[in-house]
Amino acid sequence: MTSREKSWKEIAPAGVCSKSSTGFKTGDWKTYMPVRDPAKCTRCLTCVLFCPDGAILWRPEKGDIEFDYSYCKGCGICANECPTKAITMKLEQELVSK
Amino acid sequence: MKSTAKQEVLALSGDEAVAYAAKQSDVDVVAAYPITPQTIIVEKFSEYVANGEVQTEFICTESEHSALTACLAASATGARTFTASASAGLALMHEMLFVTSGSRAPVVMAIANRALSAPLNIHGDQSDSMAERDSGWIQIYVENAQEAYDSVIQAFRIAEDLQVLLPVIVGLDGFTLSHTLENVKAFSDDVVQRFVGTRQLASVLTHEGKSVPFRLDPENPMTMGPIALPNYYFEFKRQQEEAMKNALAVIQRVNSEFAEVSGRSYGNGLVDAYCLEDAEVAVLCVGSTAGTLKTVVDALRQEGVKAGLLRLRTFRPLPVEEIRSALANVKAVAVMDKSMSFGGNGGAVFHEVRHVLYDAEAHPFVVNYIYGLGGRDTSPRELRGIYEDLQRILKAQCVEMIVQYLGLRE
Repeated sequence: MTSREKSWKEIAPAGVCSKSSTGFKTGDWKTYMPVRDPAKCTRCLTCVLFCPDGAILWRPEKGDIEFDYSYCKGCGICANECPTKAITMKLEQELVSK
Repeated sequence: MKSTAKQEVLALSGDEAVAYAAKQSDVDVVAAYPITPQTIIVEKFSEYVANGEVQTEFICTESEHSALTACLAASATGARTFTASASAGLALMHEMLFVTSGSRAPVVMAIANRALSAPLNIHGDQSDSMAERDSGWIQIYVENAQEAYDSVIQAFRIAEDLQVLLPVIVGLDGFTLSHTLENVKAFSDDVVQRFVGTRQLASVLTHEGKSVPFRLDPENPMTMGPIALPNYYFEFKRQQEEAMKNALAVIQRVNSEFAEVSGRSYGNGLVDAYCLEDAEVAVLCVGSTAGTLKTVVDALRQEGVKAGLLRLRTFRPLPVEEIRSALANVKAVAVMDKSMSFGGNGGAVFHEVRHVLYDAEAHPFVVNYIYGLGGRDTSPRELRGIYEDLQRILKAQCVEMIVQYLGLRE
């Protein structure tokens, strides 16, 4: 138990959130991470629509998509839905260690 | 003492008394599903809605699980919320009972206590709500239709108190109370509405650091019912325990404030003693059996037996100190349980009362009688037999049978 965690007397009842959900970096749950081949990607944005965590963002200024790995939990739905098979799921551990 | 409010005597069954109290308590939302012997409550209330006698949003749900879910959601918006159930209906709510108390939603629910299947039985015992004793709900059990009316009104004040914020069950014995017509003194609507007042809301800090009312509100969005992982879940449970402790004082306060308006009180709101001051032998019971026990105690007192009665009105939170001091001078106590705790060596009330008396200076003999299951009638003669057993225990200074079954064919 770290000291920054509050006692039962200090927290709001019933678990009402005292900070925004964006403060919880849930991306560290993942085992596999999506990796995209830009050459195969047609920017159809199917993955953006299907991502249950809103972790794939469309960047109009770049005319491209971007993965937000802080929130991507590695579910693989994007890879499954990609019509051109531009996304593959890779073990995060292997990618990080490389 | 101030003069009490004007009251009118109505002929009401226990269920009707509950519905009438809910009608007068300015309830915003009722979501319910009918089940014997609670049906009359829901029927009566829907009649009030159909006749335009109340402004309540009435939701007919497809199950009790949904009924309590709807109540929880309504309560989360700040609405005053009421429901009623019994037996299998309450059992179907089981999951949502914990979600409601854990969400600190002050829902009030009347339970017309009924046996649980199998075998199927629609009659009265307290197995249904006793099985929910650890669900985080305050539990108040009443003795008669008058108390059912009074307790539903009080329940809103108790549940919605900001030191409590817990849901409340008001238990009335199925059929014995739910379907029996009694004279009930009722207030006019304005007196009840003044007593219950408007629901107040606690303040909480949002993620933006703003202090806002604790309710779902599009203007001040907040997350309710999030996940709590091992690093916080425990702390929330401890908060609920504190709220239960606070409820002990609030129930007593509401009981005495209600007495000022009505001229009626139920002991201190937690326990209700009868002829207990100098009693040597006493019975502790929950619910309507106390009515019969009083006539038995009266008869025994006429014969010179120092008999007494303690009715446990509030079962959750358990009034530990109050039970202990009420039974401080009693030499032998029989605890009555209208439900089974299979394999538990006695019923739930017995376990708890015995646990309370462990720390008493003078340990009385404490025995248990399981009775009335599935609506089995309990006669004054049988109840008298309990006092006779207690006298025998005192004479012999030992207990032969700790747990007995009253009115069971051996």
